[in-house]
Amino acid sequence: MNGKKIGKQTVRLSEGVRILSAASMVGKKEGEGPLGKYFDKIVEDSTFGEKSWELAESRFIRENMELAVKKAGLKMKDIDYLFCGDLLNQCTASTFGIVEFNIPFFGLFGACSTMGESMSLGAMLIDGGFAYYALTGASSHFCSAEKQFRAPLGLGNQRPPSATWTVTGDGAVVLGKKGNYPCITEITTGKIVDMGVTDANNMGAAMAPAAVDVLLNHFQDTGRTPQDYDVIATGDLGEIGRSLVVELLEKEGYRLDGRYTDCGIEIFDKHTQDTHNGGSGCACSAVTFCGYYYPMLMSGEIGRMLFVPTGALLSPTSSQQGQTIPGIAHGVVIEGRKKKEEAK
Amino acid sequence: MDTSKRGKQEYDQMVKNASPNSPILTNCLKAFFSGGLICGLGQLLLDYFSKSNGEEEAALLVSATLIVLSAVLTGLGLYEKLGKYCGAGTIIPITGFANSVVAPAIEFKKEGLIFGTGAKMFLLAGPVIVYGTFTSMIVGLIYYFVGR
Repeated sequence: MNGKKIGKQTVRLSEGVRILSAASMVGKKEGEGPLGKYFDKIVEDSTFGEKSWELAESRFIRENMELAVKKAGLKMKDIDYLFCGDLLNQCTASTFGIVEFNIPFFGLFGACSTMGESMSLGAMLIDGGFAYYALTGASSHFCSAEKQFRAPLGLGNQRPPSATWTVTGDGAVVLGKKGNYPCITEITTGKIVDMGVTDANNMGAAMAPAAVDVLLNHFQDTGRTPQDYDVIATGDLGEIGRSLVVELLEKEGYRLDGRYTDCGIEIFDKHTQDTHNGGSGCACSAVTFCGYYYPMLMSGEIGRMLFVPTGALLSPTSSQQGQTIPGIAHGVVIEGRKKKEEAK
Repeated sequence: MDTSKRGKQEYDQMVKNASPNSPILTNCLKAFFSGGLICGLGQLLLDYFSKSNGEEEAALLVSATLIVLSAVLTGLGLYEKLGKYCGAGTIIPITGFANSVVAPAIEFKKEGLIFGTGAKMFLLAGPVIVYGTFTSMIVGLIYYFVGR
């Protein structure tokens, strides 16, 4: 150990890892939402010209990752490692999305926390000196997720108020060592936290304790408080999860104010888009970070951000067998790009 | 996080307080009227078919018409919109049963006619058929020994 680990769960990268580019592609509904104008591409057709929703998701991954690499001014062959994952069984959306890239790949499953997981691992790999460039991302698709986890789309059933809407799209970033770009400085890796929630229609409640656990450990490990961040954004807790996080952290003596939000709240307008508790899915935090927050980090408008994608670790089988829904969250600190005079 | 039994119970209470309930009264009213409308439509059809058919044939024709109507609406993606508004009102009548067969049949078409459409068609309706048959058997037995 060369002293990069601080406290129980956090690592501080020695030189920081730069986010050279970020790309986001989303579906029609996301494009109609409040963040619509920030995304690189909006795809109106839910099958993206493919035969199935699963292949559509793969195409989102392929095209968006190509875009991220292009935006970084690189070629696919320059990338040393690729980290990504999705929600489908055995992560097949990722597999078929990236098979043609022909670069070393680590497939990830962190449910909807995958963006945090992939950025964490990519950044640590680069900081450890094992790679020059890493491509990391996460994706989900409303239709393929509904098909796998819930009911057929054509079924005339009602969704409870606590249900969330899976975001369709892919978010990807290219990580590298050098340049004046937003910089990943610290990573707090989450533990699985299971508070006994069994309602698969209330995943915000299932994941909130995991987010709180990461936030608490992060503050304790770094000695910071929420007020040291311009933005703290959890992944897809929605309104219910957000209020639970605020309440739980208050009990621990940390006050979260307007600087704390949740990507699932930002991405949809619940009043006009009928999304109930908010957005969810791997792509929720991924596209919100890549499309909405990254440009603000680039401009220096955000000085320091704590990005905490959250995941509900359930499968249809575990859920039907009455198992609880354990949650996980991964914290990544990103410092905004330094203005030119500061950089000198 | 306090993951002890007490901690979990406390958290469960917090979740209950934070999560809004479904609007049960409004849902019931919507279900009552929409379900009633479907039954009303069934009665109109029955009156119409009874003009030129016997009682049994007319009843069969009503069921068949409602099933076809529901299947077409499902195929057009309209039944899910009705279902969202009407809830139990569109689930309980025979139209809901048809929808629960057609929806997975369409959804799993990509997995082929055998392992997709064929195998998954009764994904949701299967339990209704199984337990419906089972219950009628029990009721039949009770009637055989007690009711006669």
